[in-house]
Amino acid sequence: MTKERNQKLLRVVIVGHVDHGKSTLIGRLLYDTDSLPDGKYEELVKASKRRGDEIEWSYVLDAFQAERDQAITIDTTQIWFKTEARDYVIIDAPGHREFLKNMISGAAAADAAILVVDAAEGVKEQTKRHAYMLHLLGMTQVAVVVNKMDLIDHDEQKFEKLTKDIKKYLASINLTPAFIVPISARHGDMIAKRGDKMDWYKGKDLIEVLDSFEISSPYTVHPLRFPVQDVYRFDNKKRIIVGRVETGVLNKGDELIFSPTNEKAIVTGIETWPKDEKKVQAKAGEVIGITLDQPIFVERGHIGAHEDTLPMMSNVFKANIFWLSHKPLKVGNTYTVKYGTTEARVTVQSIDTVIDTQDLGQEGAAKEVHRNEVAEITLRAKDLIPLDPITDNSKTGRVVLYEGHDIAGGGAINMQGYPDQRVNAQPKSENIFAVSYLVDPDMRAQRNGHYGGIFWFTGLSGSGKSTLAMAVEKELFDRGLNPYVLDGDNVRYGLNSDLGFSPEDRTENIRRVGEVAALQADSGLIVVTAFISPYQTDRDRARAAAPQRFHEIFIKADVETCEKRDPKGLYKKARKGEIKEFTGIDSPYESPSNPELIVDTENNDIKTCVNQIVDYIIENVKATQSSRPAEEEREKSFVAVK
Amino acid sequence: MHSYLDDLEAQSIYMIREAYNRIHPMAMLWSIGKDSTAMLWLVRKAFFGKVPFPLVLLDTGMEMDEVYAFRDNLVKEWDLPIINHMCPPEEEMDQTLPPATRAAMRKTEGLKTLLQEHKFKGIICGIRRDEQGLRAKERVFSPRSNDGSWDFKDQPAEFWDQYKTDVPEGAHMRVHPILHWTEVDIWRYMQRENIPLCELYYSKNGKRYRSLGEKNITFPVDSDASTIEEIIAELETTKVSERAGRTMDKETEDSFEKLRTQGYM
Repeated sequence: MTKERNQKLLRVVIVGHVDHGKSTLIGRLLYDTDSLPDGKYEELVKASKRRGDEIEWSYVLDAFQAERDQAITIDTTQIWFKTEARDYVIIDAPGHREFLKNMISGAAAADAAILVVDAAEGVKEQTKRHAYMLHLLGMTQVAVVVNKMDLIDHDEQKFEKLTKDIKKYLASINLTPAFIVPISARHGDMIAKRGDKMDWYKGKDLIEVLDSFEISSPYTVHPLRFPVQDVYRFDNKKRIIVGRVETGVLNKGDELIFSPTNEKAIVTGIETWPKDEKKVQAKAGEVIGITLDQPIFVERGHIGAHEDTLPMMSNVFKANIFWLSHKPLKVGNTYTVKYGTTEARVTVQSIDTVIDTQDLGQEGAAKEVHRNEVAEITLRAKDLIPLDPITDNSKTGRVVLYEGHDIAGGGAINMQGYPDQRVNAQPKSENIFAVSYLVDPDMRAQRNGHYGGIFWFTGLSGSGKSTLAMAVEKELFDRGLNPYVLDGDNVRYGLNSDLGFSPEDRTENIRRVGEVAALQADSGLIVVTAFISPYQTDRDRARAAAPQRFHEIFIKADVETCEKRDPKGLYKKARKGEIKEFTGIDSPYESPSNPELIVDTENNDIKTCVNQIVDYIIENVKATQSSRPAEEEREKSFVAVK
Repeated sequence: MHSYLDDLEAQSIYMIREAYNRIHPMAMLWSIGKDSTAMLWLVRKAFFGKVPFPLVLLDTGMEMDEVYAFRDNLVKEWDLPIINHMCPPEEEMDQTLPPATRAAMRKTEGLKTLLQEHKFKGIICGIRRDEQGLRAKERVFSPRSNDGSWDFKDQPAEFWDQYKTDVPEGAHMRVHPILHWTEVDIWRYMQRENIPLCELYYSKNGKRYRSLGEKNITFPVDSDASTIEEIIAELETTKVSERAGRTMDKETEDSFEKLRTQGYM
């Protein structure tokens, strides 16, 4: 299996102060390992001559005209070479102060780092800054090369003195270089060949150093973290929850608890394509799909874990961050943090320390963190969010900060001094116990002549939800049943008068209605709800509140039709811009992917629609059968209206 | 034992699912070549056999006959959602460009009309960093301005699997899920997964195609490799660059750079 080992790339990032010779080193590495494509060396000689200098090894990398003209590396670039031991990809990070962003983009993906230091200039500002970044990014395999040894006459004493300086700085930021190698990239000494100028050096040459590094191993020993990336239900088939096992191991049959909802379910299968029945385990790094035994509410951003190793829950945490945005980070500003697939809005509560990467001086509390600065800050979220401190989990313990849509910074989570608030999470009050009723649904059904149920109408404004709901209620009432309508506008006068129409408020609106409907249905009522309820996840959540009694009914009419009807004059206002975030105009409507019933109000009159719904409801609340239609009957009713 | 191909595959599937979750509407460019066909296989894996967005061929009418035949076969066999988008004719291109670059410009312009017509916010594209120096600089999620142009000097930061996935009105996002693969990775994956491939990649009469482009601007390279095994063995030793048969790359020192900054894949 040596072949397999060889095929895996080691990713190396090369960092260091501007003009200390990173690009030259890379050009030389490629030439010495015979990794340049045919004709590239000749091309290089030609291009160098045309520009009037001797062979400039860095031209190998400079694919861009602009770069050659400015003689600096503009962006991260990647370049491949092979040694006898294995394949490598070098991530070349720029040394110019302006381009820290690119260096981080490159270095965050690397297995090992080479820090280049100019023998004549020694440790400079960028040397320190880049070393500090490697530390912040969690890099553990670092080699230092002291380049341009020819400029200090290959002098051993000078090299020893430099080595001491470098080690001292690195030790102060908890970074231990695995090797410090004296080299001359321009002349090719101590890279692939030892050369004859530095016989006093007995350590490994650079290629030997690289070959001794290890490829970062997946995080299988950590607790399981399975952030949900998406939920699929293609072609009305079973629900598959997809995501990556970030750390730990997930097995078929495991009970997962999802944070922050605390919903529980058992993994019934690991889905693959093509199908593989033998797949019963997934380890860190694997991207998978799973099925669950319960129809619990799960969405993107929820994190699956095992009960004994759950992430912490908190609405406040500290982070050691680097800042990349041109706009300073300020106390009181709100940003989005993302980690895995989880997102949360956070406000900067305080900037506790701004760190000078040059002298590691701590400047204490501040009002702002500027571009390329490093700081410790305290962030506060509105709700409890699941968090892993970096000390527990170096994969999931990192957050990226977004300013609007743009990545503005990143850092490590520090929970020192903050309690795990999970015990207090959901429900918020302690000492509550669900009490068992002495009256069960069957007894209620016997008296009422029917079971309770929720008939959830969803559709655009003007599709006919309220009109139909009221007519259906009347018809059911006249036939001696107990219906009740929860109507969008009516609920907003009372129960939900504190909510607006932002996506968050819409979600909360639907959550409350879902809970109320579930209580009413429990008490034996036939609940008909008439809400636009534009988001599928919200409707799924409402279903989860009473999965046995819930029926999703799509009141179907397209925007054009609804706009023509415009019973409340709302479309007109929305078109004029007087109403913002109006569903169907500038706010999305997600049609139900698998409703129990579709009612086409575009092509049918009110009477036909009312009859269709009333028949469906009566069929499903009849006292003689279970409150939920059998699967094949659901299919039938679905087909009948198509 | 965890194979390195499993890691590459997992990373790509994660990116594809991320794009599908964040960007609507979206399409994938399928040039019928080895890279985008391998990528199509990854898409089918990501969505359990389904392809939930259209596959687009930017058609110049100049693809090789074997390419069209291979495509038609696979569309039928795999039941693929396809958009065949005709590129504007060569006469409409900038006539000052050298001929092969001009021919390649048709795809750039074709992509623009595709975006206008279908209002796609995201385009999945199967480029790899090891193909070419410029592509090495790419991000996984790479925003493009309205005219398709690429600002390589000010690219968004991208680390810890977090991407910039939002694009302003009128702009679009290029998504590159196999950016981190190398040419030989693709071949090893093709072999392992038994993915069907256009016959032109295999040697016939001492020649084969390393990279497939249009009839008029792509040429075969010398090779006796007529099976996947032989191709992999050849790639492990060759120093001929992959795009050696693509004339548009080298008409002038910076012709590919010009193409890319104007929106080429």
